[in-house]
Amino acid sequence: MNRPKVIVVAGPPACGKTSVMLHSIKSLQRLQKRVAVVKIDCLATEDDIRYRSVDVPVAVGLSEDICPDHYFVVNLEEMTNWAAAEKAEVLIIETAGLCHRCAPGVDKALAVCVIDCHSSIKIPEKIGPVLDTADIVIVTKGDSVSQAEREVFRSRVRSINSNAEIVEVNGLTGAGCEHLARLFSEKGDSADLVGARLRHPMPTAICSYCMGEMRVGTKYQQGAVYKMDFPEVLCSLK
Amino acid sequence: MFSKISILTGYDKKGQAEAVEYLEINAGEIYSIVGFTGSGKTQLISDIEQMAQGDSVTGRRILIDGKAPEYTVRYNPESKLVAQLSQNMNFALEMPVRDFLIMHAESRGLEVSENLIEEIMKTANSLAGERIEDTDILTRLSGGQSRALMIADVAIISNSPIILVDEIENAGIDRRKAMDVLTRKGKIVLIVTHDPQLALIGSKRIVMSNGGIADIVALSDEEVIAERMINSITEMLFVAQNKIRSGQSIQLSELTFPEAL
Ligand SMILES: Nc1nc2c(ncn2[C@@H]2O[C@H](COP(=O)(O)OP(=O)(O)OP(=O)(O)O)[C@@H](O)[C@H]2O)c(=O)[nH]1
Ligand SMILES: Nc1ncnc2c1ncn2[C@@H]1O[C@H](COP(=O)(O)OP(=O)(O)O)[C@@H](O)[C@H]1O
Ligand SMILES: [Mg+2]
Ligand SMILES: [Mg+2]
Ligand SMILES: [Zn+2]
Repeated sequence: MNRPKVIVVAGPPACGKTSVMLHSIKSLQRLQKRVAVVKIDCLATEDDIRYRSVDVPVAVGLSEDICPDHYFVVNLEEMTNWAAAEKAEVLIIETAGLCHRCAPGVDKALAVCVIDCHSSIKIPEKIGPVLDTADIVIVTKGDSVSQAEREVFRSRVRSINSNAEIVEVNGLTGAGCEHLARLFSEKGDSADLVGARLRHPMPTAICSYCMGEMRVGTKYQQGAVYKMDFPEVLCSLK
Repeated sequence: MFSKISILTGYDKKGQAEAVEYLEINAGEIYSIVGFTGSGKTQLISDIEQMAQGDSVTGRRILIDGKAPEYTVRYNPESKLVAQLSQNMNFALEMPVRDFLIMHAESRGLEVSENLIEEIMKTANSLAGERIEDTDILTRLSGGQSRALMIADVAIISNSPIILVDEIENAGIDRRKAMDVLTRKGKIVLIVTHDPQLALIGSKRIVMSNGGIADIVALSDEEVIAERMINSITEMLFVAQNKIRSGQSIQLSELTFPEAL
């Protein structure tokens, strides 16, 4: 079976992932590429409806109780199998990106991070690993800030990821998406991801609460339990 | 160095070819961009800022010295040909003025010095009303203060050969002085404006309608005289405005009418 080229798109909620991908998919289709999409979210999503509007097969995975990025890796092999069965050449996986500790980037897949320059100058640092491990960083919503702010934002991104291609895109009008689609077709290869490695380790989820514990208190906790350090008690409140 | 930009026009909002097919602007020329709200003025300068290559809503292509610009010229701030003062009245980034100026200067590849920061603050404060301190947080500046700082920043840090200015008039700052700070010899300057005084600074006017370039109008001999009249009326209004703002009363003797009236 032919393997699709996998593009993993991550970024904070509402940063413009779907908007940008919709325009990019249209450009990819103009380049005669067959595209399939998987959307991974936590509880609910309507992104599948938006993706269907550009005539691509869409699958949705809802991670519910667990971190969407863990859920993503657990299902990655099956996602690529499904896309291959759909005869897709490019598989775009949009992840919810709620967890700032995780990064879904995988070797042999193109890692794309979307951030919105209208959010906060601290965002590039906060989302650390997703940005750090990306091959392409897409900066959206430049239309709502000044040129100077866009340039400052860009250099902040650059200081965290010195290698990535940084692309400014307007998710509303699609400006910049044609270039993005070209990068998508030029960079990376179709590959079997079985055996490919995560670019950044996922955090361990091995405490009692990962297993469904609901009660508060040390006596209910088993497994890897990490407790906070507190400053020395000085009774400083009068 | 670069000597001209060309605009290969595209389509208006109805998808019809723009009335003006091709436009060339040479270094040193000042054009104004006029038209009703929503007619596509901001879109035109955004196409120029992004050096669109048929990939924006208008389908326009922008050439530098007759050629499509290299990728780095389009996107790398260090080699950017364009400085843009956008229509935004406020900053969105929450950081101190000083940090912002330092980061912006660095991103444009400038040597950051105390003198540079001082020069920008001095210029901004010469345009603003209430004083801006370099410790102020960007997002807490007023519309006028933000605008003044953006102007000083564009003039001194983003000192590029093409300057794009979007509706500088709507922030209660001294427009003439702002234009003096922004325009320098040898640059291409495009001014989007509704203000007759600013519109007449340009030797030509690009008239926008329905998203397309509808016409190019050259400044006429009569308008050269009109410009002087409009300037002195504006001057008079400015005197009155300052009197009122500083809590004084206007004296008739202080208002001088242009001779031609
Ligand atoms: N002004 C502006 N708005 C944008 C831009 N890109 C996206 N938006 C808006 O931002 C909002 C969120 O966009 P989405 O594409 O749904 O974002 P997302 O990252 O897919 O969101 P989730 O999947 O819910 O995490 C929408 O209202 C878009 O119209 C942009 O470049 N500029
Ligand atoms: N040629 C065009 N085709 C399609 N949409 C356009 C075109 N020109 C402008 N627009 C859109 O019309 C809207 C108003 O244009 P804008 O440039 O903001 O107007 P102005 O600055 O003159 O008030 C924007 O959303 C812009 O993207
Ligand atoms: Mg989405
Ligand atoms: Mg406008
Ligand atoms: Zn996680």
